[in-house]
Amino acid sequence: MSTNLMTGAQVVLECLLREKVECFFGYPGGVTLPLYDALYDHEIKHILVRHEQNACFAAEGYARATGKVGVCCATSGPGATNLVTALVDSLMDSIPIVAITGQVSTKLIGSDAFQEADTFGITRSCTKHNFLVKKLAELPQIIHEAFHLAATGRPGPVLVDIPKDVFQAQGHYTPVSTIHLPGYRLNTEGHAGQIRRAAQMIWESERPMVYAGGGIVAANAADDLREFVELIDAPSVCTLMGLGSMPSTHPNFISMPGMHGSYAANMAMTGTDLLIALGVRFDDRVTGRLAAFAPHARVIHVDIDPAEIGKNRAADIPIVGDVKKVLERLKEAVRELAPEMKDKNAGARKAWWGQVRAWKKEHPLEPEMSTDEIKPQHLIAEIDRLSGGEAIVASDVGQHQMWGAQFIRFNHPRLWLNSGGLGSMGFGLPAAIGAQFARPDKLVFALVGDGGFQMSIPELATIANHALPVKIIVMNNGHLGMVRQWQELFYNNRLSAVQLDSFPDPEKLAGAYGFRGRTVESPRELRGALEAAVREPGPYLLNVRVTPFENVYPMVPAGGAINEMVLGPVQPVAV
Amino acid sequence: MLQLISLLVENKPGSLMRVTGVLSARGYNIESLTVARTLDPELSRMSIVVDIDSSQRAQVIKQINKLVNVLQVSDLTEGSAVRRELVLLWVGTTQENRVAVLKEAEIFGAKAIESSVDGYALEATGDPEKLDAFVRVMQRYGEIEVTRSGLVSVPLEAKKLKLAPPVRKEHLETDQEVLKTTE
Repeated sequence: MSTNLMTGAQVVLECLLREKVECFFGYPGGVTLPLYDALYDHEIKHILVRHEQNACFAAEGYARATGKVGVCCATSGPGATNLVTALVDSLMDSIPIVAITGQVSTKLIGSDAFQEADTFGITRSCTKHNFLVKKLAELPQIIHEAFHLAATGRPGPVLVDIPKDVFQAQGHYTPVSTIHLPGYRLNTEGHAGQIRRAAQMIWESERPMVYAGGGIVAANAADDLREFVELIDAPSVCTLMGLGSMPSTHPNFISMPGMHGSYAANMAMTGTDLLIALGVRFDDRVTGRLAAFAPHARVIHVDIDPAEIGKNRAADIPIVGDVKKVLERLKEAVRELAPEMKDKNAGARKAWWGQVRAWKKEHPLEPEMSTDEIKPQHLIAEIDRLSGGEAIVASDVGQHQMWGAQFIRFNHPRLWLNSGGLGSMGFGLPAAIGAQFARPDKLVFALVGDGGFQMSIPELATIANHALPVKIIVMNNGHLGMVRQWQELFYNNRLSAVQLDSFPDPEKLAGAYGFRGRTVESPRELRGALEAAVREPGPYLLNVRVTPFENVYPMVPAGGAINEMVLGPVQPVAV
Repeated sequence: MLQLISLLVENKPGSLMRVTGVLSARGYNIESLTVARTLDPELSRMSIVVDIDSSQRAQVIKQINKLVNVLQVSDLTEGSAVRRELVLLWVGTTQENRVAVLKEAEIFGAKAIESSVDGYALEATGDPEKLDAFVRVMQRYGEIEVTRSGLVSVPLEAKKLKLAPPVRKEHLETDQEVLKTTE
């Protein structure tokens, strides 16, 4: 095929094919007409979404569920600007994305042509890197560089802006087998001396604690993490982005730490004398007031991105490297020291575990239940029961997300998909679409609130179009729950612009798209309704009316130390 | 306190925007900036003078270093380096003070590069404080127009350039013959 003359558009598809792209998500327009014409009889599958933002969110869902690069496509001007939120979303969560945008012809660039926008300039700070292609000859190299940049090091979104005349130009595909980006220096191995010192510090520690995040997922290092945690027998927490890296039922796993983390997780983070931070960025939602975070701890910080180390918390042992490779070596180094060090702190370690277990027992994470009305936590617990730690849950942003993170167990990484860093409402539904395309074998829940769901509601058409068996569970409290919670707690309950009336009738809404939906209001019917939704071979929209004024606890108020949790309505605990 | 950052970047469209973007996104104002090609025409040397919070300095340097187009970043604020700035100055003269202007300029090591009945164009290099003084002195002789280059610098020791090696992508390799694009 590559010996024939090809158009730039065909070259793009050839590159995608060589990058083993099975499908991509997009929305056509004027300047991408040549690309969509080439797609007409091409083997790569294109999924037509209903809004460009959702093309990128769906690509994120695909990438988060598989670890492969997610690909999306949009036309120039409004198409490209609609990608912006989702590009930043994937940048914040380090998700590998290649976004292809059309641009007006090179001769028209800068002339305020129809549907022209400075995509290269606009997306500069929204991407890990971006390219504006000027001629066909450089197109294959740039596209393959984009995939390389997206997938390696700290993953992220890369955008390639392609003018219409480059799509139309004729040439041959020049195979590319080498990527040379001299400024893209990756340090993956981890410093051997630092790793040895880390092993020593781990053995010297009396109260070690493993703090694992999204970097573990990105590096496919979950097995190494589990083995490492078992080897040093430390309590471990996973951040919102790292959930599933440790199986939720593992005896060494505590839960998520931070603003809505568990009592035990936050107390242990505060009490530890050695924080082993693996693929995390000491985000403010985890640390609370930084000055009071892990105040007694020395810190070992492993990350592929040198700029993360020391950004928020100084590290006693910084290790720049691929966390998977570093963990492999760290395990070895720890084992080597075992004979001489094993018994050194055995007593202290035992006492530490005793303390952590006592914290867990003192205030366990337990879902609220009621027989009169459906508590949101009850709904989450039922989803957890159906999932059994194996379903993919693509969550939107807000209270349901936090309860999901607290109560749904995950046996593996890449099951809990959520917008962690940017907190983009509207993420859940399109991410579920991408995940279901990536994993047709999996049960996929879109766990959404009534707010975020309505931001992405046009994608019901995409779901119907492909008969995707996504189970859309709307946790409907009639409010923007998290904002309402903050207004209640910090703004004298002056509820301003948080009430969401006029939610559409789900039976009619789903029916309008040709699939089934219903509302459930009684706790007695909840389990049956969820089971029916899961049994349904196609998509299902289940609108669950939950108590409207439930708050997420524990909660660390903004600016508070994480051991100063509010555990429930009006009973602050400071320890 | 002003920082002097020296960078080696790929000479590509957008390189400058990426670097200044890291600074502007954090609200830092650039005091001066110079960019020019190096011996290798594919690379440019940038010298930036910027006021960064001391607590954020290392972080900003790391963020700039992460940019794909940036090959090297050095903080020359305190390192051993030579720092110079160029000023081009036009000063209006009267018939009476023309000689005095030239003598004064000489004290600052400045050269007259153009002369007309109305005044002189002068050129001076030096550290920014010396040039400030030069400009102040010249102002006393008549109207002036000033253009300053911003600080440029060169470190006093060769810094080894660490570059990423080419990466072979096996999944992209093909047994088909390599064809050149024929546009």
